[in-house]
Amino acid sequence: MRLNKATLFALYAVLELAEDRDRQIAAGDIAAKYGISLNHLAKVLRDLGRAGLVEAARGVGGGYRFVGNPKRVTLMDVIEIFEDIGAGKAAGDGQGPDTHLGQALHGVLAEIEDIARATLRSVTIETLLKHARSEPAAPAAAAADD
Amino acid sequence: MRKTASSASPAPPRGASPAPSRGRIEPVIRAARPGDLPAVAALDARNTGEAKPAYWRDLHRRVLRRPKERWFLVAEAEGRFLGFAIGEIRAWEFGSPPCGWVFAIGVDPGARLRNVGSRLVDAVAERFRGAGIKHLRTMLRRDDNLNLSFFRSQGMMAGPFIQLEKVIE
Repeated sequence: MRLNKATLFALYAVLELAEDRDRQIAAGDIAAKYGISLNHLAKVLRDLGRAGLVEAARGVGGGYRFVGNPKRVTLMDVIEIFEDIGAGKAAGDGQGPDTHLGQALHGVLAEIEDIARATLRSVTIETLLKHARSEPAAPAAAAADD
Repeated sequence: MRKTASSASPAPPRGASPAPSRGRIEPVIRAARPGDLPAVAALDARNTGEAKPAYWRDLHRRVLRRPKERWFLVAEAEGRFLGFAIGEIRAWEFGSPPCGWVFAIGVDPGARLRNVGSRLVDAVAERFRGAGIKHLRTMLRRDDNLNLSFFRSQGMMAGPFIQLEKVIE
């Protein structure tokens, strides 16, 4: 399962903001930390705001904060704001499954996607943050052109 | 294979507003007695929609026969039954070293999200640890989001085994 760039940015932002719900963080700080486009992130944050997951504070020292319930909001809840990865969205969906072998192959692909969706539905923001706190951070990956 | 029963903790799909704040419960966890079984069966029937009192009685008897490998625990507070969990050490299934399985858990819906399920899992894990077991394992329906979310919140992740099945009618 490949997530859109916007979805990934939204997950980064939600996790970053939910880690300390009392802190407001500027979009620029999140963009710089993750090395992502500020313009793209700003649009994503607007969408998260409309979904009731983040709130913007204007003025000096303004930024965003997470206002959802981290024990209830799942990774899937965030993903579904940006894209539809529901059943029937298996890789290559609509591309040649009308043959006997094609159906068999798509059955296996659907199984993989089902497991992925069940996983995303069962991991809350709180659970993921707890997991991150309990695991030592891995060293940053080497640059692709190294 | 046995199915993990009942529900430990609710997790509605989306929640922008915080859950109603109800107090944490510090339940007493103890071994189940025959007198607890009607409450266990009733809670399971309520959570799963399927009454199976004979199954719970038989399971309790089987747990008592191997007290160093199986635990049937109940949670209570002020004498009120709040939930149950069952664990068993299994070994060498397809090469798996001895491992602690939690194969049933249930929490009274009125006591969910109040620490009861976590305390039950902790108590089962403590017994496994005391028996030298290092891994906790369970099996859940893929669409059982309630229990999946609960066990995930306890730090559990996908393990090294994959469950497979087929219709053999």
